[in-house]
Amino acid sequence: MEQSFIEARGANVHYGEKQALFDINLDIEEKRVTALIGPSGCGKSTFLRAINRMNDLIPICRFDGSLQIAGQEVYDPAVDVVALRAQVGMVFQKPNPFPKSIFENVAYGLKIHGMTSSKTEMADRVEWSLKSAGLWDEVADRLEQPGNSLSGGQQQRLCIARTVAVEPKVILMDEPCSALDPIATAKVEDLIDSLRKDFTIVIVTHSMQQAARISQRTAFFHLGKLIEVGDTSDVFTNPREEQTQNYITGRIG
Amino acid sequence: MPDGTLIITRSGRSRWRDSLIVAVMAAAAGVAILVTLGIVMSLVFETILFLKKIPISNFLFGLEWSPQTAIRSDQVGAEGSFGVLPLINGTLLISAIAMAVATPLGLTSAIYLSEYASKRARDWVKPALEILAGIPTVVYGFFAALTVAPFIRMTGGQFGFEVASESALAAGLVMGIMIVPLISSLSDDVINAVPQSLRDASLGMGATQSETIRRVVMPAALPGIAGSLLLATSRAIGETMIVLMAAGLAAKLSLNPLDAVTTITVQIVALLTGDQEFDSAKTLSAFALGLLLFILTLIMNVIALRIVKKYREQYD
Amino acid sequence: MINFTQQAGFGLRRRKRAEARFQWAGRGAILISLAFLVVMFVSIIRDGAGVVWQSQIAVTVELSADEVDPENIGDASFNSILKEALREAFPEVDSRKEKKRLYGLVSSEAAFEIERQIRDNPALLGGMQTLWVTASDDADLYISGQVDTELPEKQRRVSDAEIAMLDQLLADGMAREAFNRGFFTSGDSREPEIAGILSSLAGSALTLLVCFVLSFPLGIGAAIYLEEFAPKNRMSDLIEVNINNLAAVPSIVFGLLGLSIFLGTMGLPRSTPLVGGMVLALMTLPTIIIASRAALRSVPPSFKEAALALGATPVQAVFHHVLPVAMPGMLTGAIVGMAQALGETAPLLMIGMVAFIVDVPTSILEPATALPVQIFLWADAPERAFTEKTAAAIIVLLTFLILMNLIAILLRRKLETRF
Repeated sequence: MEQSFIEARGANVHYGEKQALFDINLDIEEKRVTALIGPSGCGKSTFLRAINRMNDLIPICRFDGSLQIAGQEVYDPAVDVVALRAQVGMVFQKPNPFPKSIFENVAYGLKIHGMTSSKTEMADRVEWSLKSAGLWDEVADRLEQPGNSLSGGQQQRLCIARTVAVEPKVILMDEPCSALDPIATAKVEDLIDSLRKDFTIVIVTHSMQQAARISQRTAFFHLGKLIEVGDTSDVFTNPREEQTQNYITGRIG
Repeated sequence: MPDGTLIITRSGRSRWRDSLIVAVMAAAAGVAILVTLGIVMSLVFETILFLKKIPISNFLFGLEWSPQTAIRSDQVGAEGSFGVLPLINGTLLISAIAMAVATPLGLTSAIYLSEYASKRARDWVKPALEILAGIPTVVYGFFAALTVAPFIRMTGGQFGFEVASESALAAGLVMGIMIVPLISSLSDDVINAVPQSLRDASLGMGATQSETIRRVVMPAALPGIAGSLLLATSRAIGETMIVLMAAGLAAKLSLNPLDAVTTITVQIVALLTGDQEFDSAKTLSAFALGLLLFILTLIMNVIALRIVKKYREQYD
Repeated sequence: MINFTQQAGFGLRRRKRAEARFQWAGRGAILISLAFLVVMFVSIIRDGAGVVWQSQIAVTVELSADEVDPENIGDASFNSILKEALREAFPEVDSRKEKKRLYGLVSSEAAFEIERQIRDNPALLGGMQTLWVTASDDADLYISGQVDTELPEKQRRVSDAEIAMLDQLLADGMAREAFNRGFFTSGDSREPEIAGILSSLAGSALTLLVCFVLSFPLGIGAAIYLEEFAPKNRMSDLIEVNINNLAAVPSIVFGLLGLSIFLGTMGLPRSTPLVGGMVLALMTLPTIIIASRAALRSVPPSFKEAALALGATPVQAVFHHVLPVAMPGMLTGAIVGMAQALGETAPLLMIGMVAFIVDVPTSILEPATALPVQIFLWADAPERAFTEKTAAAIIVLLTFLILMNLIAILLRRKLETRF
């Protein structure tokens, strides 16, 4: 078993008076795909957004407990969310390319973080990112066209390319295929599988089939609690908990 | 309470009464069209009379504006000159100053209020800014003429600048402040319409909030903001009281903000107050100016409203 | 190695500074606008506050039967009685120039004021009486302490000789500052010290009355039609676009419409509240329509549906069940529209409401002026003392506007708590 990269210990999240996550203890391994599953409202997205502190954007949201990435406490006062998010990227439910050209979309992170020193380096890096996202062949001749002129699936792969460009340590994905058709979904799933060798990926999905197809580890959340976590094959074929059993057989959720 | 049969027998009359009521209300809605028609007809009619006396090319392209009232009809140059360019020059100069003041102030206020301010701060600051929009323009005019203009004249004098006592700068500055709430509330709406998902995407990549605003939110909001700036410019062009009280009457071709210039609206008032003969070129020229002003602002408003509407649909 | 602190690179220090600058720019912009507002208010209040007090000078006048016939007060020459009294008070004044200065200490209306006091109280007749009359505008400036005596004589409005006389009056208790009722109870005047706002206030009230009577029913009718009955066709679209555009037409263009059609074609009387109200009604119509439609839209459709289900006709459903609920919102819109109309100046200039009006208008067919126009006229007047009147009139205007908006806000609050 590989050493854990992200470690949550006794993590609680409150929205105002309402508690959304209860005492989560979860280890996520490096360079593997971990799927977070569970019925809607179970807290899986809340946990995902706690990892790169996107929850900070909600004023009433409060985190306590411990969450470490590579031994660094994410909620330490010395942590700067900008530095954190530059290394822990995120892909969202609906494709949300910026209203800019395809090239500019991918170059965005490189520009704000000042990661390249010349135009050619920038162009190389954009090309590499688009290739990593499997989009290069489709857009190489129209980099100057607006990002939202692409199809839904292409847009989502553009968003992944945009995230990959800054070479984060972790990529968080919040139901990245829920707005896509099956063919586009298959392409994104292939992409996720190929990204596994370079990135630690945490993906929230409402589709158990997807979790089974692409993840190596699966964590099942229910009503704000982590019910079960383990190798994907074990969780789906031989769950330890009855609640997990009920969920994957379709009796709850 | 009448029984069923009674209602049926009365329904004919009540239906007739109902349609009368609806017709009366439809007529009330039609008044809006009548008003537009009235404006267009009255302006066009008098303008045609004016153009019979003064050729349209002299009006549109003339470089000199000095309307005269003829003392004797056979007098030399009895009609005066009616070149509108100096007035357009003055109008645009003052509007440009106003927009140069109002755009940065209004936009940055809107950005701060919609992206940074706490709800409590917003609840206090927004109404406070709206007060600026509710103050009658005659009050701004008084303040511009009595306080701002002498202040600019004095300050300019200290730095060795020759400032006219009715400088374009004073009128433009005060008008700019008046327009701030217009720009800030329109832009606020536009900025709020930018989907949160774009902000999330940028913040999620580690952009700071100001980078997100400058590089993602503003470019996305640009069409809507352009529309609101256009509406504000049209407002500045049509503003009367501030310029009437704080800008001059001298028609001059000048781009110097320290000069006294005059505007279309000031001239309309000047031409039509006091004694007037109804069909002299001087009186009629006011309507030609009015038509020009109406067309100018109408075009800007139509374009602006269309841009804003299209922009809203894009993100709805 | 992973590092999430500010030392992680990414140009974080520079970017944080840029972030702080950006936020300060935003605060600065708001601060500048609000500071302007405060400076403007403070300067206007400072200029106008003095109007509360009015300087008066006491004159001891001879009111024996020789001078004033009790049966025939109007025949007396109060002007010479007043001058006589002033000469008595300052016997050392003898040159013509000096005398002119002496007479100039009191308002040119002072003789009428004496006459009025006698008519109000005939018991004053029969001997010597000390009466208070209004001081002239220049004397008022000195008495209220607005004259800088350090300046060379030529640079100030009040000469050394006048100051000496006023100082003597003040020392004798024959000059004072009293509450200025006249500002609120008299009409315009060429003399700043007795000019008041009553005539323009009445003109504004009559104009707004006409404006409201025309625009409120029209606006509500149009709003109900467009919101509840209008078929979705090109005509409705046209009306819709029209209303939005009318809201942005420069106000002076409405003035031109009034001049050309109401005065020219229809031949209505110039300078009257009737025409002024009609022009302002057309201007406020879009505001009222837009606000009323929003109010109608905020009524839950279930109200109307419930009425229709009970067999009400669409017209009955709207008038009995939707309109009462939407009414506060519509009134709010109307008040906001009226507040706009109250501050409007330019279109009234076009239809001749700039006349010099002393008498208080009592009907919508009499020539009148309006408060903002009065402000415009006074702001243009050369006398220094009119500045104070202008600022004071602005304070009155703003007070009315604040009151109207306050009512609108309260109405809106009441409306919000109901749903």
